[in-house]
Amino acid sequence: MYTPHTPEERQAMLRAIGVERIEDLFVDVPAKYRYPKMNLPPAMTEMEATAQMQSLAEANEQVGKDLISFLGAGAYHHYVPAVVDHILRRGEFYTAYTPYQPEVSQGTLHAIFEYQSLMCALTGMEVANASMYDGATAVAEAVNMAYHVFRGKRPKAVLAPSLHPQYIATTLTYYGHSDREVVIPEEGPTAEPDVVLKYVDDRTSLVMVQYPDFFGRMYDFTELAQAVHERGALFGVAVNPMALGLFKAPGEMGADIVTAEGQPLGIPLSFGGPYLGVFATRKKYVRKIAGRLVGETVDSRGQRAYVLTLTAREQHIRRARATSNICTNNALMALAATVYLGLLGKQGLRQVAELNYHKAHYAAQRIAALEGYELAFPNTPFFNEFTVKTPVPASQILQALLDEFDILGGYDLGQDYPELDHHLLIAVTEMNTREQIDLLAEALNVIARRG
Amino acid sequence: MAQQDVKIREPLLIELSTPGRRGVRFPEPDVPQADLPEDLVRSDLPLPEVSEVDVVRHYTRLSQYNHGVDINFYPLGSCTMKYNPKVNEDMARLPGFLNIHPLQPVETVQGALAVMYTLQEALKEITGMAGVSLQPAAGAHGELTGVLIIREYHRSRGDTKRNKILVPDSAHGTNPASSAMSGMRVVEIPSDKRGNIDLEKLKAECDDTLAGLMITNPNTLGLFEEHIEEVVQAVHEAGGLVYGDGANLNALLGIARFGDMGFDVVHLNLHKTFSTPHGGGGPGSGPVAVAEHLVDFLPGPVVTIVDQDEEGTPIYGFTWPEKSIGRVKAFYGHFGVMVRALTYILMLGADGLRQVAEDAVLNANYLRVLLQDTYHIPYNRLCKHEFVAEGRWPDAPGIRALDISKRLMDFGFHPPTNYFPLIVHEALMIEPTETESKATLDAFIDAMKQIAREARENPELLRKAPHNTPFGRVDEVRAARQLILTWFDWA
Repeated sequence: MYTPHTPEERQAMLRAIGVERIEDLFVDVPAKYRYPKMNLPPAMTEMEATAQMQSLAEANEQVGKDLISFLGAGAYHHYVPAVVDHILRRGEFYTAYTPYQPEVSQGTLHAIFEYQSLMCALTGMEVANASMYDGATAVAEAVNMAYHVFRGKRPKAVLAPSLHPQYIATTLTYYGHSDREVVIPEEGPTAEPDVVLKYVDDRTSLVMVQYPDFFGRMYDFTELAQAVHERGALFGVAVNPMALGLFKAPGEMGADIVTAEGQPLGIPLSFGGPYLGVFATRKKYVRKIAGRLVGETVDSRGQRAYVLTLTAREQHIRRARATSNICTNNALMALAATVYLGLLGKQGLRQVAELNYHKAHYAAQRIAALEGYELAFPNTPFFNEFTVKTPVPASQILQALLDEFDILGGYDLGQDYPELDHHLLIAVTEMNTREQIDLLAEALNVIARRG
Repeated sequence: MAQQDVKIREPLLIELSTPGRRGVRFPEPDVPQADLPEDLVRSDLPLPEVSEVDVVRHYTRLSQYNHGVDINFYPLGSCTMKYNPKVNEDMARLPGFLNIHPLQPVETVQGALAVMYTLQEALKEITGMAGVSLQPAAGAHGELTGVLIIREYHRSRGDTKRNKILVPDSAHGTNPASSAMSGMRVVEIPSDKRGNIDLEKLKAECDDTLAGLMITNPNTLGLFEEHIEEVVQAVHEAGGLVYGDGANLNALLGIARFGDMGFDVVHLNLHKTFSTPHGGGGPGSGPVAVAEHLVDFLPGPVVTIVDQDEEGTPIYGFTWPEKSIGRVKAFYGHFGVMVRALTYILMLGADGLRQVAEDAVLNANYLRVLLQDTYHIPYNRLCKHEFVAEGRWPDAPGIRALDISKRLMDFGFHPPTNYFPLIVHEALMIEPTETESKATLDAFIDAMKQIAREARENPELLRKAPHNTPFGRVDEVRAARQLILTWFDWA
């Protein structure tokens, strides 16, 4: 199908090689392994495959079409302007490999340089890499970088218990049984952020917090960052990048590393991926950073040009002593974020962030006024997501919202924290209308009164 | 802002910026405005301000400075730059796949789970392995996952002294890097004169500290390991596990299966073998497949059939393997990439996949044989999907593989992989893939032969190449020295 040779051409090529049959090209494979039977469905035409994939796609209930969604918890339903995907669909971008040959890759390299600049603008940091897989693996890489900054002499990382549970889980998988220690404070998931200090000692390389945290709360980390620095460790913050359109950048608070799940910046939900891992830090740690970095230079004709730089950090040069094993990252998703931020710019990002803020606060106020419901953290600022205490288990509420109202009502925190089984995490974005929010409030009221 | 002596072919977004300009607008709020927490609100947001037209033209112009598979031949060894079918892109963007949240209740996303389950099953058939996790985001991520599985397998048996991973000297750099990241000790095994792993040196390292061997087959020389049975046997007899780097699976589709060869863990690159685009550096997808004794260790969650409805239609759910190493990323992996790969597998079927491998190997051997009199090929025997030539000649002093690569750009071709594998001097690693026509291969052969002549007759032409591209040779040393990594570094 995607193989262009005619039988005559194949014969001509076999003759040129000096063999008779195509099977002669595989005589180096032991005969007992050769030509296994593979039980796969017969080949389909494009028409048939399209029909099959369409029927699978239609078996899903879509956010925004079939379901009203207030579900976030690390992935958010936002508007993606038409331009973003039109640029992503240019074959020159998506059918290129990693830009190893700069003379024929200036499009990708130039865009990555812009991405690095935009991520620094947003986070208040000085250097950003070309991307990582997602928000979870970016946190794991932060733990790894901090370990290398102290040359293994500070093997411990302290992760705030209010970090996304899947980010914690991923980091534990990476380093769980190695010589690294990953410590999660035992004071419970919703403890105040400075609980981490108790666990910071002279063996600690990194303290990692989240902004907003998994429960939606936002804190000014300036003092905490200072306290962590006094103990000699690095301070890392995992952010929602859209919140940074409105809120103080972690760089202003003294962060040494900022990571993010970049999905809110123009990347569709797509059932969890591909998303975008953002990783930014201070320039003094640039030789410890993982992944690709693009730097500015000139070409032989005196033109400004871009190129992968400081590659001696990476696996293809340093092998077992590389700063990380990462090779392929999520470049096309970084391009999506770049185009998205280019379009929105200074005013647009602030506007959409404020829209999220106002709608979420309207929803919080409506829900908090309902009998039986209250905000779990009424005095802590939040962005577009907040935690509600519910009169009956959150799982029951979500089931009723889905069955009776076609609403995805949020995330049942009892899934990760049994003690929070009466807690619901609700996200509201620019995609939610006032009518939808009112409907959610009414539905929650109905469900509560019925008990 | 930028350095004044430098010519600017395309400005950066920040240079296109004009205060007050906008590229997109959002609706006014339909809810009352809430108070902002003033001490947490940022005072400055230093983003560019450009119009929609600016953005579209800027990125369209930039795209034209790229070489992609859609433009011309891209024989980048070990990267399998085959054609990326357009229908795959459309399928990944079906609204029913694009607009579903990863944490929706499973009963509302049965179509998505069916995609994942079907792909898991297909990859099991293709590799001959017993279980698959689709979670890893890229090849190196799959390697890390695989090594973590190996580590956990030994640990679960109380066999804690096994901390050594063997890696051939021809391996991808990600192999030792992934092993080191998992806290393993890496020992490199040399290759023998025929390009196989040195069997005696391997056996000498097979002791009771051996956790496993990471092997690429066909290896990065494009050669099928001639002693694969002995290699697997030696590692297994010492109590180690065999990890297969599936980066080069394209040569073996329907020809031979890792599972049948006794491999314990393998990873696949959906963005190489299964035609999903590389995106200029990702997103890829690196599923891991394991043999029966390791199925319980796979990262979770995996998709299983948990029930069936009255008509016998399967109901899918997420389940956790019993001794799972845990999750290796948030959610379930690069779902959009999975949709593309499944579309490809559905359209090829078993026969089509075998055709892929046959034509990939046919094309590589055709190039090898027709170039072998012009370029020295140090391990010159029947190759699989790729081969490695030397980019140097005794009678063309000063010409390096890099010069040949840059000169190839003038003919409209992307260069082969340079300087890898490390065991070949001035390596040019050439992987044509199955999607290239004989006419394209012949044009490439002509260009390579012409360049070989030029190397003797007009070496300056090579040393100053490329000439016909929008950009000339790029100064890497200057980039590393001045270290301008954002436009804020200009100040």
